[in-house]
Amino acid sequence: MNVYQGKSVFGGIAIGRISIYKKGEQQVKRTKITDASAEIKRYEEAKQTAIEQLQGLYDKAVKEVGEANAAIFEIHQMMLEDDDYQDSVKNIIETQQVNAEYAVAITGDNFASMFAAMDDDYMRERSADVKDISERLISVLAGKNKEKVNTDEPVIIVADDLAPSETVQLDKDKILAFVTVHGSTNSHTAILAKTMNIPALIGTDMMLNDEIDGAMAVVDGFNGKFYINPDEETLSEMQKKLDEEIEKKKLLQTLKGRENITLDGQKIMLYANIGNIKDIALVRQNDAGGIGLFRSEFIYLESEDYPSENDQFNIYKTAAEMMAGKRVIIRTLDIGADKQADYFNLGHEENPAMGLRAIRICLTRPEIFKTQLRALFRASAYGKIAIMYPMIISVDEVRKIKEIVEEVKKELDEQNLEYGEVEQGIMIETPAAVIMSDELAKEVDFFSIGTNDLTQYTLAIDRQNPSLDDFYDSHHPAILRMIKMVVDNAHKEGKWVGICGELGADTTLTKEFLAMGVDELSVSPGRILPLRKIILETDVEKYRKGLEC
Amino acid sequence: MKTFDYTITDAQGIHARPAGELIKVVKGFNCSIQISKDGKSADCKKIFGVMGLAAKQGNVVTFTFDGEDEDAACEAVSEFMKNNL
Repeated sequence: MNVYQGKSVFGGIAIGRISIYKKGEQQVKRTKITDASAEIKRYEEAKQTAIEQLQGLYDKAVKEVGEANAAIFEIHQMMLEDDDYQDSVKNIIETQQVNAEYAVAITGDNFASMFAAMDDDYMRERSADVKDISERLISVLAGKNKEKVNTDEPVIIVADDLAPSETVQLDKDKILAFVTVHGSTNSHTAILAKTMNIPALIGTDMMLNDEIDGAMAVVDGFNGKFYINPDEETLSEMQKKLDEEIEKKKLLQTLKGRENITLDGQKIMLYANIGNIKDIALVRQNDAGGIGLFRSEFIYLESEDYPSENDQFNIYKTAAEMMAGKRVIIRTLDIGADKQADYFNLGHEENPAMGLRAIRICLTRPEIFKTQLRALFRASAYGKIAIMYPMIISVDEVRKIKEIVEEVKKELDEQNLEYGEVEQGIMIETPAAVIMSDELAKEVDFFSIGTNDLTQYTLAIDRQNPSLDDFYDSHHPAILRMIKMVVDNAHKEGKWVGICGELGADTTLTKEFLAMGVDELSVSPGRILPLRKIILETDVEKYRKGLEC
Repeated sequence: MKTFDYTITDAQGIHARPAGELIKVVKGFNCSIQISKDGKSADCKKIFGVMGLAAKQGNVVTFTFDGEDEDAACEAVSEFMKNNL
């Protein structure tokens, strides 16, 4: 058993097998070797492993699809054992003094082209089999277990770090937990884990090596511990904790359908943050009153090119319809900084967090912005869509946005395209917006405080830099004062205020937010019911008087 | 040395699966077994060689056995071909 320590971003226990996540497919590199016989031995061992894997697949397939269909795995085994194939690999290793991966890749190509050249359709297609066995060998040689990629069993994803564009591609149903070596508590891996309600450790003090791929492991999100090959005692202790967790969740479920109201009658809206349309199922399961932050950038990050108006319209329309009249607040494109899509060609910036991002891109390239606005307005005919603009620093920006919105509405009118009433609000995530919130409140329908960026800009701390985590105080009095100031300024104009940053889910601040008069908290779906529990147990008046803490 | 000719009757010819089956049969013998078609010859114990002949329905393939257990091998292969191809 090996135990590692990481920083936990979400409590919870996960027990399962490790799947090491590597960036992209491995490219086969040609490297010189000195000991050809050792390299050949490596190849022989890899071949044996590959044959064993295929035998496993064969046995499984026989049970599931019958012997005739399973035969292909037997053929693959024979191909791996074919003398001509083997001789070619060994020959290349010996004569060229190169690594086994390279020798296999070349051999695979040669044999595949032999089949590809045949004047028989069936045989030509067999070149795919040759490629398949060669890739399998290379995967084994590179220490990557090909089987696990296709496994149906949910796994613990272990990675160096995960970029937002990578996390969106992961099949969420197959993930039990995340463990990363790098990344900070505010990274996107952390945000994803919170949305999915699964344990995650970051900054874990381990070395990534391929030997742990597929190993049994336990993630203890309460204590930040990562156990690889846990012993019986640890395993049973963790299983007990896991069972308790499940029991607790069941209890929270009894809070479904209840109003978010304090003992002394103060109400607050509990909405959900989502990053993908698939998350709406979680929103409903957890009884959210609406969607407080729909991160539309996933649509851009998952695309190879600018998503079309219709593609976007369909997504927003689905969200509106699925939420059936409940408010769906969609944040416009928030790309740039740590969220990059290649086709934007944003170019290198010295200081991307303070660079061309979010609304700044939209105002610089209004055609991209207009496409999204058109899609959003059209979708508003199908439900209660609200639009939220990120990274605002001035009243002037809001006025420019409104001009563009008017143009869009005019176009839609001319084209006889329907749209509904759309509330428009802004994110308060820059100190400038906080200071100007009295004037901004006159221009918009609502505010939503993005505490992650607000904290980063106010404290001048890079949220992606793990070495600064010790300096990063999310409860810094400056932030709490700012929130209070924004709430007061909004209320003076009769506008409502929400918090959609991570702070909103911080249960140690829930009473404080209620006392400040915050109207809405938008949190990961899994945090809704725990927050409701606290709200139901709070007497705000007593808290204000210091009688309750 | 023993030899026999066989005309493929199976509609799909010696494709991957029967090639695999054939190899399982011949692997059990020590003698050398060659399979040839149109002057092209291959080691019958190697899947790439057998598949490489791309023998189809109507083609004539020739098997050649050379070694101690050639009689038994010849009989087993002939049996296999009749039943499967």
